[in-house]
Amino acid sequence: MEYSAEKLNEEKVFKDPVHRYIHVQDRVIWDLVGTKEFQRLRRVKQLGTTYLTFHGAEHSRFNHSLGVYEIVRRIVDNVFDGRPEWNQEERLLSLCAALLHDLGHGPFSHSFEKVFDLDHENFTRAIILGDTEVNQVLSRISADFPKKVAEVIAKTYGNKLVVSLISSQIDADRMDYLQRDAYFTGVSYGHFDMERILRVMRPKEDQVVFKHSGMHAVEDYIMSRYQMYWQIYFHPVTRSAEVILTKILHRAKHLHEQGYSFKHMPLHFYSLFKGSVTLEDYLKLDEGIFLYYFQMWEEEEDPILKDLCSRFINRNLFKYVEFDPAKEYKKLARLSVLFEKAGIDPEYYLVVDSSSDLPYDFYRPGEEEERLPIHLLRKNGELRELSRESEIVDAISGKRRTDHKLYYPADLILKDRKEHEEIIKLLEL
Amino acid sequence: MLKDHAKIIHAIALSGEVIGRKKLQKMIYIAKKMDFPFQERFQFHFYGPYSEELTLRVEELCNMGFLNEVKEKKGGYYQYRYTLTEAGQEFLGMNAIEMPRLGDCLTDINTQNARFLELVSTVLYFDNLPDDEVREKIQTVKKSQKYTDEEIDAAYEYIESLKGRAVQ
Repeated sequence: MEYSAEKLNEEKVFKDPVHRYIHVQDRVIWDLVGTKEFQRLRRVKQLGTTYLTFHGAEHSRFNHSLGVYEIVRRIVDNVFDGRPEWNQEERLLSLCAALLHDLGHGPFSHSFEKVFDLDHENFTRAIILGDTEVNQVLSRISADFPKKVAEVIAKTYGNKLVVSLISSQIDADRMDYLQRDAYFTGVSYGHFDMERILRVMRPKEDQVVFKHSGMHAVEDYIMSRYQMYWQIYFHPVTRSAEVILTKILHRAKHLHEQGYSFKHMPLHFYSLFKGSVTLEDYLKLDEGIFLYYFQMWEEEEDPILKDLCSRFINRNLFKYVEFDPAKEYKKLARLSVLFEKAGIDPEYYLVVDSSSDLPYDFYRPGEEEERLPIHLLRKNGELRELSRESEIVDAISGKRRTDHKLYYPADLILKDRKEHEEIIKLLEL
Repeated sequence: MLKDHAKIIHAIALSGEVIGRKKLQKMIYIAKKMDFPFQERFQFHFYGPYSEELTLRVEELCNMGFLNEVKEKKGGYYQYRYTLTEAGQEFLGMNAIEMPRLGDCLTDINTQNARFLELVSTVLYFDNLPDDEVREKIQTVKKSQKYTDEEIDAAYEYIESLKGRAVQ
């Protein structure tokens, strides 16, 4: 029997708090889950530093990847199978791409990628196409199969319907992470009727569309995205942790460039500092490694690195005030001067964080062909863009709600009220 | 502080006026590929390289009053025009940006039409692939645009000329 058609003797199931069970029958999926590159995802949290705000948010990219696989499996096996627009030969490709779509994520990836100018999508591609266990499994299907999987994940595969299953404005990736993140953070928003959405999905030539009768379930999903962004993903306390994490990585890099002699050599970081990360180096990184260094760096001589690491490890985060860049950028310049005078380096201790720094995308109706919008399918076969049909979606889509906060170490400033009088006044402490 | 915002304002100031969000996306993407230090991340979307970060940053700049956005109906869709406001000028004055060759490049890119820029940015997106694979990829991912070989040749030539301008 061909490897691509090989089934397990007995179906395997993973117990899952979101989907109840994740079903695996295909040998290739089972083999991929067992690879060391996929197992690494157990050591990368799905929500990065969010666990410092919502203590339950310790779930990993491993959980999420299995969840996305399960949603795509249900779509292709239960909803699309037998429909003329769907080519069942794309089934295994869709399942592999769903399972592996986050394979290249690094530890605390948002900050990490920004500081070291990396892109997890490039590493996903490198893992799939490189000398890895994942590549060995995929290559057993056919020589060009790894390339096809990489193209689906990179959104450059010819069949856009397959791409849209894991990457579009309503896809398996978002449907899993919204529900999973809601479950693990313990919040009550983030829930929507996924079963209903799956039932009203219909494959079309280039995209997935939704029967008009399912509009309210899709509305619920859009609301969930909106609420989760502001309540969870962009939570100001989580952003504070993210600011400190970013500054730790910047400081360590800066010290290395200055020839600073670390008490605890950052061996795992050298190739990152040099900007020449090999796949082998990259795969050795996970959040356990990062936290180990942060803990060791609490003992460093450099006061800034030491302080920032201690803040992160012991959750002594920066405080924040609302900041309006249009009206207050001159105040910011003044604060920067005052921080400098007070011996508190503003480069590390006075930080503006904007909503654009964390682009979890909102639903947009697709102006000027920027993004493909969600389409509803009417009984007469006509396609209508969602916000034109739904007043609820129209009310929140494409609206500009932006946010900026100014982060600072309140404890350092309030330690000496007299000396920091003007800072205290400007920050209204 | 707000350096990434200042870079976008600077780019629009140098371009005078940018007509179309899609065009703005392509302009910044192409400039980034010419090694100008824009921080926004781009991913391949249905219509080519696209940055959600850039979209949000432009929205923020409009909210701050540093950019002026004019929305106009054009056929079946809306088109947006972007120019710098006086407040934006003032902000830029306090946040000097050093990208000496950028103006030359952007002025030229801004004169090209959106269809051509879509092709140029797609060629650049696949710049790690050999020439024949890039051509094959364009015919696959941009099927509906029906780009000709001559247009693809012109895109390659244009990229080379931009590279020359960016490092002069």
